[in-house]
Amino acid sequence: MAVLQKNISSILLASPVILVLSAFIIVPIILITAVSFWGSTEFSIYPAFLFDNYEFLLTSDVTYRVFFRTLYFAVLVWAITLVLGFTVAYYLAFFVHSLTWQIICFLLCTIPFWTSNIIRMISWIPFLGRNGLANQSLIEMGIVDEPVEWLLYSEFSVCLAFVHLYTLFMVVPIFNTMMRIDKSLIEAARDAGASSTQILVNVIIPLCKPGIMIGSIFVVALVMGDFITVRFMSGSQIANMGRLISNDISLLQYPSACATAVVLLATVVIMISIMLRFVDIRKEL
Amino acid sequence: MGEKRSTGFYVLTAIFIAFLVFLYGPVITIGILSFQGPTGGLTFPMQGTSLHWFQELFRTQMVGDIWGSFQRSIILGLTVMVITVVFSVGAGMAYRKKFFGSTPLFYLIIASLVIPSILVSLGVGLIFSQLGWEVHWSTSGLGAQLTWTLPFGILIMFAVFNRFDKAYEEAGRDLGAGPIQVFRLIVLPIIAPSLIGVALFGFTLSYDEFARTLLTSGSRNTLPLEIFGMTTNVTTPVIYALGTLTTLFSLLIIVFFLTFFVLSQRRRDKKGSDAGKGLV
Repeated sequence: MAVLQKNISSILLASPVILVLSAFIIVPIILITAVSFWGSTEFSIYPAFLFDNYEFLLTSDVTYRVFFRTLYFAVLVWAITLVLGFTVAYYLAFFVHSLTWQIICFLLCTIPFWTSNIIRMISWIPFLGRNGLANQSLIEMGIVDEPVEWLLYSEFSVCLAFVHLYTLFMVVPIFNTMMRIDKSLIEAARDAGASSTQILVNVIIPLCKPGIMIGSIFVVALVMGDFITVRFMSGSQIANMGRLISNDISLLQYPSACATAVVLLATVVIMISIMLRFVDIRKEL
Repeated sequence: MGEKRSTGFYVLTAIFIAFLVFLYGPVITIGILSFQGPTGGLTFPMQGTSLHWFQELFRTQMVGDIWGSFQRSIILGLTVMVITVVFSVGAGMAYRKKFFGSTPLFYLIIASLVIPSILVSLGVGLIFSQLGWEVHWSTSGLGAQLTWTLPFGILIMFAVFNRFDKAYEEAGRDLGAGPIQVFRLIVLPIIAPSLIGVALFGFTLSYDEFARTLLTSGSRNTLPLEIFGMTTNVTTPVIYALGTLTTLFSLLIIVFFLTFFVLSQRRRDKKGSDAGKGLV
């Protein structure tokens, strides 16, 4: 009886979260899956059980190109944020010795996370634009004669914005695991004659794997599911899966949007499930 | 490492500083450009300096309903903040014991974090339209935003309770405190500073949320939606002025929460209380 009571108190305490997530995650996903089989006319959608939306989606070249473009961005941004994020975390954890400075530097890295992504994207315009700071300096330095066109509204600017927005999702979890590394392990390695590089490769990186995984989960999920960064930073010239969905939505083609959403969701869930196998998130917090 | 400041130290310091410039440079640039003269454009050079574009913001008919959307974002942010704190503490307390369904719920929380935002927006929008309800920022918008803030709040609470020393509660119980007294007099004071962190996440993530609010806020925009709308039809530095103001507002909020956090810890130290020391 006491066991049952303990269970009930926990379930009661968690019930508000259960309710919110059921209503705003589970039910929407069920509905999206259902609607992906519905039919649509130009003005309305109607319940049905059709495979038309999937057929159209999966037989179109565009889908595959966009799908692989989305994956490409995810892998590229993941690699860059991992290297950059790891380097920054490594510096903060092992090269900044005073705790106060560590806190200050860590805060400096995290503060942008609490400000608006839209503004942070907009803020690249005066920098990368045709007459922007980057082009002005390049011309002044005599590196180029004419403004470089691919700086803004290009694959480059999309990746740059992703790295700008999401590197801190790598820095924070990796820093967190680094701070938990027992310093005596590093001393032991040094006493045994390991160089700094050897310590990094054989001690620190293996012990940082959980943090790297958590950061990777965030970055991959955010880039795969993005539509606004790609739309804004490519000047609507590059498509990814999220943009396919948002385009269908703006044309009120909800069944088609839902079919794309199901494919995207399945991809993200598979990728994240694989990554979750390598880390016990609850233990690492 | 670094005792005698190796070359590595200087290289890494340079990288770190470059990273900070990369993080803050663009925002500082639009901060400067928002003081463009009245004839200035979206890029350098500055055509004089003025407050022209800030004044422009206050002429409502010029640039849409900025102040209305700002108000809505604040109200929504505060609501999300309070709900996130309360619900996350509840879930955090629940997870201190294994309970029936705790593992599936944990995966649901993670799912809520990794699901593409546009799917939440689309799904919630569909539910409301199928039920014949009108989407509104305070109902569908609120729910959609909670799916983003709650996982952060709950993960923070997991981190807090992972480090929680149960001895304090046991002492309280031994002295005859009931569950509510234990929570109010022992657990709450110990976790209070972390709740400031949860509140900061709750407010700022809501205040800046775009994708999850896109299809769920109805006809009245929140501030990020309003700003995004401006990017397609406003080609003057007025958008930088707005960006600068809202970023300053965000910074103000962050400083407020951090100060609050530091002060609450100082106050505790001064009073010689051992609250907060229950975290191991």
